[in-house]
Amino acid sequence: MRQTDFSAFLPRLTDAIFETLLMVSASFLLAGVLGILLGLVLYACRPGNLLENRAVFAVLNFIVNIVRPIPFLIVAVSLIPLTRLIMNTSIGPVAAIVPLTVVASVSIARIAESNLVAVDPGAVEAGAAMGAGPLRILFTIVVPEALGPLTLGMTYIFVALVDATAVAGVIGGGGLGDLAMRYGYQRFDWVVVAVIVLVLVILVQFAQALGNWIARRVMH
Amino acid sequence: MSKSVTFERVSKSFEHRGRTVQALDDVSLTIEPGDIHAIVGYSGAGKSTLLRTVNALERPTSGAVFVGDQEISALRGKHLLAARQRIGMVFQQFNLLRSRSVYKNIAYPLRLAGLSESETIDRVEELLEFVGLSDKALQYPSQLSGGQKQRVGIARALATRPDVLISDEATSALDPETTLEVLGLLKRVNEEYGVTVLLVTHEMEAVREIADQVAVMQNGRIIEEGSVYSIFSNPQTDTAKRFVASVLRHRPDARSLSAIRRVHTGRLVEVRVGDRETNDPFLSRITREHGVDFNVVYGGVSESKDSLFGRLTVELLGGDSDIDATIASLRAVADVEEVAA
Repeated sequence: MRQTDFSAFLPRLTDAIFETLLMVSASFLLAGVLGILLGLVLYACRPGNLLENRAVFAVLNFIVNIVRPIPFLIVAVSLIPLTRLIMNTSIGPVAAIVPLTVVASVSIARIAESNLVAVDPGAVEAGAAMGAGPLRILFTIVVPEALGPLTLGMTYIFVALVDATAVAGVIGGGGLGDLAMRYGYQRFDWVVVAVIVLVLVILVQFAQALGNWIARRVMH
Repeated sequence: MSKSVTFERVSKSFEHRGRTVQALDDVSLTIEPGDIHAIVGYSGAGKSTLLRTVNALERPTSGAVFVGDQEISALRGKHLLAARQRIGMVFQQFNLLRSRSVYKNIAYPLRLAGLSESETIDRVEELLEFVGLSDKALQYPSQLSGGQKQRVGIARALATRPDVLISDEATSALDPETTLEVLGLLKRVNEEYGVTVLLVTHEMEAVREIADQVAVMQNGRIIEEGSVYSIFSNPQTDTAKRFVASVLRHRPDARSLSAIRRVHTGRLVEVRVGDRETNDPFLSRITREHGVDFNVVYGGVSESKDSLFGRLTVELLGGDSDIDATIASLRAVADVEEVAA
């Protein structure tokens, strides 16, 4: 085992932290918007729900079910044409945002849908009895009532995205996972691996603590 | 302003696992404006389904439901939403919004009705005062007791000054003391705001406490209907009798009767007592006239809406023909039934 060259490693580490944060936060924000919209549509169109629409539900449900079980690596590779189209390149952290967003969107859609479904039907009924229309009930009752568990679900997705960026690194995405693989694991430099793992643990701890704090604030 | 509620030949059936269930079977009923009308029945009798047709949370398969002269069961879309704002609803499980404070729960229907911020503040404060929760405005439902939650539920239901308040087992999740408190509040709502109250319950205690009229439901039908006094003092159907017996211990059941029989071997009659127009001591007067003695062996008298009613089980002692004559004379002034030996 050789001596770790910190003067070369540290700039790489700061770059990788930046790349990871870029990939995770950009895809998290984009997927947050897309996924929650998708989840809302799934919930509202569910048989027996506010805007029941079996056709829309069946199609979206099918898409979500198709994408979710596919391993991220395969999604990322098969989306390369789409990534090129959107980002003009298929390599690097910016390009990785595309497959990360797609995968996170469907996961968030499912998490959002199940949290919305779990809202007390009595609250929905109270809204209807007070004379609120379906969309009003959706946005002023169902969503606020689901916000606590939804925040925790989103935190889980954030952490899962940190994990997924490591895989994105393998196909040229860059970031901490990539650095750990190439400069740590493949060179048998366990100090590098340990430092990167420590950074990841701190990042995840921080994200989880923040998520818990927000969830507590909205849940009462 | 209070309004009447009218059910006209309302039927409702739905499919359940391939079988058709008849939840409501040709129900016709009128709730007079300003009344507190109770619907009682065992679970599955259809009473909640009937109640939920009043604000079209359930729609009848056939028949019509009116609030005032507006046919609720025919309304759709915006008109239905507007009509629902004139009908307050209180739920067994309170159905408060947990993500909102007490204040915001009560403000919700007001914002729906388009009140301004300042009007909303005034109205919510007034309602909080009315239900006695002024100090809880900024608390969340999870911080309240069951009775407090239901008071918030009632304040919310009253917010838009509805014509009709419907209550689906509002006190069934509460302990007896809190139940009385919430019933008292419903009664005040009726008296002070003149709101017509239609309440569904399986607790006869609640009916006796506040209702004017009562309808008894079974298998989707109304099998008996009348003033609380008439149903309590003289129930006709077995179901009504069982409900009345659940709160009134006026008549001996089979076990008490066999205990009575161990000592009292004479002929037993049940005499209806209660509100009378004179203070004629008819029991002692008539028995004395016929040379018959009597023992009161069981009975009770209760009060509902300032009326007294009850039954006494009386043992008559004397010659058979004298007792026959006594019973005949008693029947002239009171309801009398001989208890089979």
